[in-house]
Formats: sequence, structure tokens, C-alpha cells
Amino acid sequence: MRRVVVTGLGLVTPLGGDVETSWKNLIAGESGAGPITRFEPEGQKCTIACEVKGKDHPWGFDPDKRVDGKIQRQVDPFIVYGIDAAGQALEDAGLLDLSDEEKERVGCSIGAGIGGLPGIEKESINLHERGPGRVSPHFVHGRLINLVTGQVQIKYGFMGPNHAVVTACSTGAHSIGDAARMIAMDDADIMVAGGAESTINPLGIAGFAQARALNTSFNDRPTEASRPYDKDREGFVMGEGAGVVILEEYEHAKARGAKIYAEVTGYGLSGDAYHVTAPHPEGKGAELAMRMALKKAGLGPGDIDYVNAHGTSTMADTIELAAVKRVLGEGLGGASMSSTKSAIGHLLGGAGAVEAVFCILAMRDQIVPPTLNLHNPDEGTEGIDLVPHKAKKREVKAVLNNSFGFGGTNASIIMQKVD
Amino acid sequence: MSDTATRVQKIVVEHLGVESDKVTQEASFIDDLGADSLDIVELVMAFEEEFGVEIPDDAAEKIATVGDATKFIEETQG
Repeated sequence: MRRVVVTGLGLVTPLGGDVETSWKNLIAGESGAGPITRFEPEGQKCTIACEVKGKDHPWGFDPDKRVDGKIQRQVDPFIVYGIDAAGQALEDAGLLDLSDEEKERVGCSIGAGIGGLPGIEKESINLHERGPGRVSPHFVHGRLINLVTGQVQIKYGFMGPNHAVVTACSTGAHSIGDAARMIAMDDADIMVAGGAESTINPLGIAGFAQARALNTSFNDRPTEASRPYDKDREGFVMGEGAGVVILEEYEHAKARGAKIYAEVTGYGLSGDAYHVTAPHPEGKGAELAMRMALKKAGLGPGDIDYVNAHGTSTMADTIELAAVKRVLGEGLGGASMSSTKSAIGHLLGGAGAVEAVFCILAMRDQIVPPTLNLHNPDEGTEGIDLVPHKAKKREVKAVLNNSFGFGGTNASIIMQKVD
Repeated sequence: MSDTATRVQKIVVEHLGVESDKVTQEASFIDDLGADSLDIVELVMAFEEEFGVEIPDDAAEKIATVGDATKFIEETQG
């Protein structure tokens, strides 16, 4: 099997419009949460979110850097975030000057969990108020989930696999895992892989609140709302943004002298076969995915140094933790485990990809990011290093990244440092 | 330039993201201004909105240049 390594990173998050700003703020223990500014949230049960900041903010995102103004007007924000994060990753990997022949071996696998909900909501109102003749001709392709991949391939001329995963909150992890397999199976030499999401709109917030998935008691204390493993947690905080990695066949990367961040060594997938929104109460599906990833990586329970948990700040946190304990051991085999959703919220289809980038940076800098707001750890967390409040310096050579989604979909990815 | 021509030019600049000096009355939307078929649908909708006119599909198909659009609008508005 061909080996697959990571050679480029790109991020748009509530903590920064690029990789280094997002990472620096994450390690500093900053929170990306605040009152919703994207629309007037009056009447909503939840009025807070982790929004990507505008370009005037010190952590802000400037869409004009990499996305044509005409495209910005035609498409939903998740596509703009995705195009930018892909551009960052390609620049980081030094892949902007490929020949036409090389471009035939470059593919994209950038998905989303929901896609262009803000645009669907807006055009639906437009249709009902002003009639079908006023619906934008860009409505459909400006909202479709596979149009991050589509836009990126058109922009850069890539003619390899054109793929987009839709597995709710597991999308980002599945996108990277599937793309790694495409390289391993010789479908491509390079894959631009990740996830993007932006559903901070009235319908998105109301929908998740009605599904009882969002927090509703912290509207006056937004930075304290996302508190994975804490006894007072009561729902996730909606985030938005995109994470993209460049995956490359190992020999290909070595031959061109590319900077190699990590190797993707394990990928596990499973289904809960239990409920549309609730995880299996014993975390059976999560356990299956983790075990499969470990087996593929050829690692034992004591070999993982850091687990980036799915940990959304819901009741499911402790179900995941129990499953991780069963796989890695009562003390997690010495691994630290944190939920970065405590700082950036839940990016849904973007989550797994953004968190994969954080895992890679943890290995680069030998530091693990914190779980914020963990003041009263829930039962079952005793003896586990959940990295409360502050980032922690430690050896990080192998990481496990978990993502689980509505519909009972689970994905685990293992990445390791390459010596 | 007539008032209509000025307003048409402004809409084209905004929607296609092109320099205003390129948006002459003779300029072809597709050949000179880089528009595709969807951009033209969007432009026609913007003209309808701005001038309160209706541009039927068969008329829209005949609009190839900025001048064609200006002429159609001026004639329709009488």
C-alpha cells in the first residue's frame, strides 16, 4: 500500500483566518464564542455562536485574499471558507506551479455536513415573496456541498478525483480518510482534503435548538457555554469555518523535497445502527471506529499520545470517553485527551478537518491544546488528563482524532510524526 | 451617455466585477466582459429590477452587447 503524508495545512476558524493565528489563539486558551452578529437572533433559544470574524478583527478572515469577488457574491460562506483554506494549504505545500500532467494526478475531497443552508433559507423567502423569476441563477451551484471541491478544481486546474463527503459531523474526518485511501489505491498522487461549514443563520440555529442539541442557558456568558466533560454542559455552540490538508504520496513528497508534517496511518469507520441523533449509549460504534483505526496503524493502546475528542459539550461526551477508555485503557494509556470545540465551537462538517490540523500542529510543536471551561468534571473523568484550561507541553508522536455525526456515523483517524 | 446607459454600465460593473472603461456600449457580455450564460441571466434580472421592466426570455437571448441592453430598456420604457 502506498504511504500517505500531510504536506500542507489551511484553516479558517472562529480563532483566526489562517493556520498560525488560529493555533496561537487556541494554545493561548482564547474562546471564539460571542453573541450572534450574523443576523438578529431575538426570539431564538440560543443567541450565541463561534463566528468567523470579519477582516477588521485582529483574528479576522479576509475573503478577498483568495476568493474572486464575483464568486463571493454567488456562493454560500462555507464555499468561500473552503476555497480559502484550500488555497492556504496549497501555498503551504508549495504546489502552485504544477504542470498540466501533474494536475491530472491531483484531486479534491472537501465536504460539508449541511452545505448552503443560509442561501437556501434566503432564496426560499425570496421565492415566496417575489416569485420564481427572482430566484438567483446561481442558487443551486452556490449551495451544493460538492462545490468547494468543484470551485477549487476549477481555480487550480486539478483534474484528479472530484469527491465530496456528506456524513454530518463526521464529514471532515471521512473526507481526509477517504482521500488518503484514494492516494493509497493510486487514484491520485495528491489530494486536497477537508471540510467546511457555515450555518449560523436563523434556520440553522433554530433547527439545532429544536433538536435539543444547542446550549440555551449561556446566552449571557457565551465564552463559558462550550464546556465538554463539565457537569453543567448542556449542548454545543455552533461554529463555522473550514480546515483543509494536502495529502501526498510519501515518495512523491520526498522526491520534491516537501515539508512533511505527519503520516496518515490509521482510518476507521463505523455506524451506530441505533438512533438518528443520539449516540449508542454504550458508544459501540465509536469503539469500533477507534479499534479499526488502531489496527490499520499497527499501534497498541499505549501508543497514542493525544486524542482530539469529538467532545461537543453534550451528554454524549462521557459516552465517547467511556469508549476511548475501553480502547486505550482506564488511564487512556498515558494519552492526553481534549476537546478543542470548547474554544471554536462545533464546526459540524468542518470539525473533523479543523481538528486534524490541530492534531498535526500538536505534533509539530509538542504541545496539546486545552479543554476550556472544565470546572466540574463529570463522573467517569477521574484519572484522565483532559487538559483543563491550559495547553500542556508533552511528547506527541501519535494522535487519534474522533468525529461522530447524526445518523450514527463514526470516523477515527490516526496520524503519526514521520522521523 | 444617457441616464439609462449610465445605470446599465453601473450594474454590469458591479455584477461582472470588470473595470468601467471596458463596459462600452459596443462591448459583448460574453466575448469582451467574460460573462457566462448564468451571468447573463443574473444581469437581466438586475436590469428588470433596476428599471421596473420585464425582459422575456426570447428578448433576453438577443441581448449580446451592453448597447443591446440599453436599447431594449429605453424602447420598453418608451
